[in-house]
Amino acid sequence: MKNLIKAIAFGLVTLVSMSALASSGGANLDHANNDLTDKESLKKGFKTYINYCLGCHQLQYQRYNRTFTDLGIEEADGLENYMYTGEKSGDHITNTMPQKEAAKWFGTAPPDLTLEARLRSPDWIYTYLRSFYMDSERPFGVNNKVFKDVGMPHVLQDLQGVSSIDEHGNVTPAMGGSLTIEEYDVLVRDLTNFLEYVGEPSKLEREGMGVNVLIFLFIFFILSYFLKKEYWKDVH
Amino acid sequence: MLTNFMAWMDKRLPLTDAWNKHLAQYPAPKNFNFWYFFGSLAMLVLVNQIITGVWLTMSYEPSGDGAFASVEYIMRDVDYGWLLRYMHSTGASAFFVVVYLHMMRGLMYGSYQKPRELLWIFGMLIFLVLMAEAFMGYLLPWGNMSYWGAQVIISLFGAIPIIGDDLTLWIRGDYVISGATLNRFFALHVIAMPLVLVILVFLHILALHEVGSNNPEGIEVKKKKGSIKPEDQSKFTFHKQYTEKYDIVDAIPFHPYYSVKDIMGVAGFLIIFCWVMFFAPDGGGYFIEAPNFEPANNLKTPEHIVPVWYFGPFFTFVRIIPDKLFGAITMFSAIIVLFLVPWFDRGVVKSVKYRSKLHLFNLIQFSISFIVLGVLGTMPASPLANNIGIVAAFGYFGFFVALWFYSKNEKCKPVPERISH
Amino acid sequence: MSNVPVNNGRRRFLTAATAVVGGAGVVGVAVPFIGSWNPSARAKAAGAPVEVNVGKIEPGQLIRAEWRGKPVYVVRRTEETVNSLAKHDDQLRDPNSEKAQQPSYATNAYRSIKPEFLVALGVCTHLGCAPTHHGGDFDQFVEGVPNGFFCPCHGSKFDMAGRVFQGVPAPLNLVVPEHSFISEDTLLIGVGEGEA
Repeated sequence: MKNLIKAIAFGLVTLVSMSALASSGGANLDHANNDLTDKESLKKGFKTYINYCLGCHQLQYQRYNRTFTDLGIEEADGLENYMYTGEKSGDHITNTMPQKEAAKWFGTAPPDLTLEARLRSPDWIYTYLRSFYMDSERPFGVNNKVFKDVGMPHVLQDLQGVSSIDEHGNVTPAMGGSLTIEEYDVLVRDLTNFLEYVGEPSKLEREGMGVNVLIFLFIFFILSYFLKKEYWKDVH
Repeated sequence: MLTNFMAWMDKRLPLTDAWNKHLAQYPAPKNFNFWYFFGSLAMLVLVNQIITGVWLTMSYEPSGDGAFASVEYIMRDVDYGWLLRYMHSTGASAFFVVVYLHMMRGLMYGSYQKPRELLWIFGMLIFLVLMAEAFMGYLLPWGNMSYWGAQVIISLFGAIPIIGDDLTLWIRGDYVISGATLNRFFALHVIAMPLVLVILVFLHILALHEVGSNNPEGIEVKKKKGSIKPEDQSKFTFHKQYTEKYDIVDAIPFHPYYSVKDIMGVAGFLIIFCWVMFFAPDGGGYFIEAPNFEPANNLKTPEHIVPVWYFGPFFTFVRIIPDKLFGAITMFSAIIVLFLVPWFDRGVVKSVKYRSKLHLFNLIQFSISFIVLGVLGTMPASPLANNIGIVAAFGYFGFFVALWFYSKNEKCKPVPERISH
Repeated sequence: MSNVPVNNGRRRFLTAATAVVGGAGVVGVAVPFIGSWNPSARAKAAGAPVEVNVGKIEPGQLIRAEWRGKPVYVVRRTEETVNSLAKHDDQLRDPNSEKAQQPSYATNAYRSIKPEFLVALGVCTHLGCAPTHHGGDFDQFVEGVPNGFFCPCHGSKFDMAGRVFQGVPAPLNLVVPEHSFISEDTLLIGVGEGEA
């Protein structure tokens, strides 16, 4: 009996370690270290998104007013500073880019990014946006180390500049942008933070509720344990 | 007032009698251990799935155009929608955890042996329907993994000679998986399969209460009538259906003793369940897989297409065999042999506790093989994984073959007449 | 030993405590199920306040707006109509609008913010049909009152302040929804005066 339990425990350890191996595929990503509780960062990320990303990438499942509430943006402030296209605050965050035309321009239609952070992970987004390099073979003159032959131009180029890689794989850091490397990393981190928020807007609420539920269940478990012990005094 | 009402009811419906027969005066062996929690937990999860499922149906839109967006609608726009969805998705995985452990319990203590063969068969049918239910439910979010997972599994039917291609076409109702497939899966998932599941669970419990519960010692608590002296019989009152035919020893009424114990089990289970649900609802990518956050796309297969973890063991059988038909046959055989365990095992001693070292070893290697098959099923294919998979597959089927041979004349320890301690 | 629990305080206390805590848990679990039936963010977005440009409504003309799926009648009453409202008070059920069918800022003789603009739900308080506006020929229903609303379903009659006449099935005056003016000519239905 004991042996069986030991064996199964061993099996479970194997399971966990093997699946850890299996899931470590994207080991080369930088850590975003973003913080969902940092509302200033989220607001900056939202702003960057609207200025640089929304033109092509919709957030078609996320509403403006929900975003305002969660990020602590006053409705009036939101209408004035975050919405330019005359929608209502209850509308989804969309653009008017025609999907078919876009597919012609970029090779593939720019995907919706509502769930990008859940599809690819925040670390992936953080690394991807910092991995463009010059490549004259590509239509927009840039390629990406994380997403090879991506159809997207380096939209943040005027901020970051662009790095280059020679034929030996040596990387020259980005040059010619208006931001320093550190400033650019912060900007991308804020944007990543915002995209993680949009991926699951109820995440903080979920975790907060989880703590209370677990405390409750722990109390219930203790009570039920003593109740069981009390009744089982009858059983010999 | 209540007494009068119950008297009125009892004249028309045997409520009190049923309560006594199945709970308050049902003789359960007094020595149930940890492994005996999983039956009641499976019931709990079933109820959770049905209720959260009904609620999700209220906001879900079963159509190729609307399904994916409606899941995000539930996650964002519906009050507490995210919670209902996570209860359901975490519940699906929890269901299989609990059911696999419940089945393992049956194998360890010989709960499938005579006279419990039919009980085991009902259990296996539940498992089979549960797999169909989970498979169809997994298509409904209409994510890309949903889509391609369904594509792969439906294609398995294409392995059947002659009718295969027509059969897959018929199952899909289209040349590819489409809204038509989604709609029929939805109907089966929310109505047909749950109905069948509930009926099977009812039969499973009915059969259990007819033959009585097994226990970790594998010693029957219902003895031949008149064989036990009154002072040695259990001191509790049991329903006459049991006492008329048998002398009952070493048993206690299910209620209140096992009801309070199961409440404790439920609390313990919920701590783990809620911990996962609130802090890691995608289960590290195993409960909700990342490619499912992208809508179904019939032109783009996810890079790593793997089944959801609970199908992992069976998926590996398909992968390690380089022939479509033979692979599918092997996979279905892996389930069929489980149905036949009561006849593979020709021994009379039930519990692993009193059986041979060989049987213990066989059980251990079976559990490990099953887990290894499961892990491999969720990993990308590679030659090494394939070779390990072949070894594990031999371990899996070897369990049944070996059992058939050694169980006939197995050297077992003497089984006591009574449950001690 | 028997099936009857040993009658001691500890056992009863633990049973009660577990039942109470468990019951609280069940109530807690019910919250998401009950809560999910509230209007979703989509329903709320669809039911958001509606802006109406009233600058182009001719005196005596009625326009229909839609708010939360219901017709809202916006009428620019002529001065003559406004002045004659008080003349048929004795024929009305609730001439002074004592029943709470309108926000407090519209509880006045005209049942409106500005005397010239009536804003009322076009939903008969009898069984929910949409009353028809009769401009000029209402005296076929009520003698001496030229303008009003007549409900075609069961013949309920309302005057140009949405007040119900006596002797018809409708029990109450037409509902005046929350509304406000965000500029001289722009009416906002769904948000009351001083709320936004």
